[in-house]
Amino acid sequence: MKSTQLHIMVAGGGVAGMEAAGTLAEMGYRVTLVEKGDEPGGHLLQWHALFPDRRPAEEVRSYLRKRIEHRNISIITKTTVEKIRHHISGLEVNLSGGTSEKADAVIVSTGFDLFDASRKEEYGYGIYDNVITSAELEVMFNRGRVAKADGTVPSRIGLIHCVGSRDEKVNNNHCSKVCCVTAVKQAIEIRKMLPSCEVFCFYMDMRMYGPYYEELYRESQEFYNVNFIRGKVSEASVNINNRLVIKVEDTLAGRPLKMELDIMVLMAGMEMAASGMKLAEASGMKRGINRFLETTDHHYGNNLSGIKGVFYAGTCTAPMNITDTISHARAAVAETVRYLNGR
Amino acid sequence: MSAGQANRFGFVINPSRLIDYDTSDRKVREYITLREPSFTLCFACGGCTATCTAGQHTSFNLRRMNTYIRRGEIEPLREEVTRCMLCGKCLLVCPRGVNTRNVVSVAAEAIRKLERNEL
Repeated sequence: MKSTQLHIMVAGGGVAGMEAAGTLAEMGYRVTLVEKGDEPGGHLLQWHALFPDRRPAEEVRSYLRKRIEHRNISIITKTTVEKIRHHISGLEVNLSGGTSEKADAVIVSTGFDLFDASRKEEYGYGIYDNVITSAELEVMFNRGRVAKADGTVPSRIGLIHCVGSRDEKVNNNHCSKVCCVTAVKQAIEIRKMLPSCEVFCFYMDMRMYGPYYEELYRESQEFYNVNFIRGKVSEASVNINNRLVIKVEDTLAGRPLKMELDIMVLMAGMEMAASGMKLAEASGMKRGINRFLETTDHHYGNNLSGIKGVFYAGTCTAPMNITDTISHARAAVAETVRYLNGR
Repeated sequence: MSAGQANRFGFVINPSRLIDYDTSDRKVREYITLREPSFTLCFACGGCTATCTAGQHTSFNLRRMNTYIRRGEIEPLREEVTRCMLCGKCLLVCPRGVNTRNVVSVAAEAIRKLERNEL
């Protein structure tokens, strides 16, 4: 069958879904991209600048927007894929709102949810005004002003790594991979915006795994005087001066440490998206102990669901950065085409 | 607490081990950072301390000393800086290119100035 007659549904219009849809459309396939929000773009829509080079996020957003401007792609927004069913003539995909579509293959790209930081009660997110998440800091960068809740300029900001990651207490033993480098990037941005504001990163390990990440870490120390304290913050409170007070062990000094902060930024980790979990439950897709979708093989089958015609792209399988998400989406397309050609 | 009280109850209160960043004194850190900017590059790998001859025979620990300087903990520094023989083996090891020997020299200088109330 010619590719123009084949229809592929893509569930989720974030980075992975947009790249997969664009690549398939370019190859001549008819694609329907289903997005739960008002427009495709996913988490990237709120982001100001990207690691490791601090380029504007808008550059990647505009690349992806152009990617899905194709006559072979129809986009359905404010809609989720509820269930994927095998049908005599292929796959049937049920959408929220009660409609359904026939498809020859489905790429699942439902992505991640940010960890709900209020679940780490000891950090006081949602209780203290000046405890914010890394995503909220990006919104401040977008507005061009980093300030305390009362509008005053902060003189000390702490970034807390591993919030909701590597933490059995919130049922997440996995590492979200990108928070370390995000913290370093954000620390530099704060120092550029507010040169007299001290910035501290509280980390357990610095996991600078990607190209130029380690260099960014070095740059943050060499040129921006960002401070790093190894230790997991145990709790935060507010003192009479309305400043946050944190407790941490400075594990390199081997002594407990107490410090006042004006703003505490929680580097919220990645969790399997709730919408993806619902879809997985309904469609018999397996999930790993970290709740992300389980692929048939970690090394050579990491786009494969084990279900005929269903493929995975992006952070629905594991936390990953944008570079890896785009590569993973292209690989999902390759697996999809291989499947369609071999039928 | 006076010795008399300690005798009466048979207990003493240990001094706090807490590093209070809001009361600690970072003048030495500022002094060193200005004169040996590579100091900020340390990422506490401990390579310097592993190779350190002084550290084989005394409690000298350059990695920990750097941490104390950064946190503004001056007291442990006073003796620490006297233990280094300035042999410079640590310089050969440091993966971040910190001028470790000069950090110790400048730290010793800062401590001397501090004792003369010149810092």
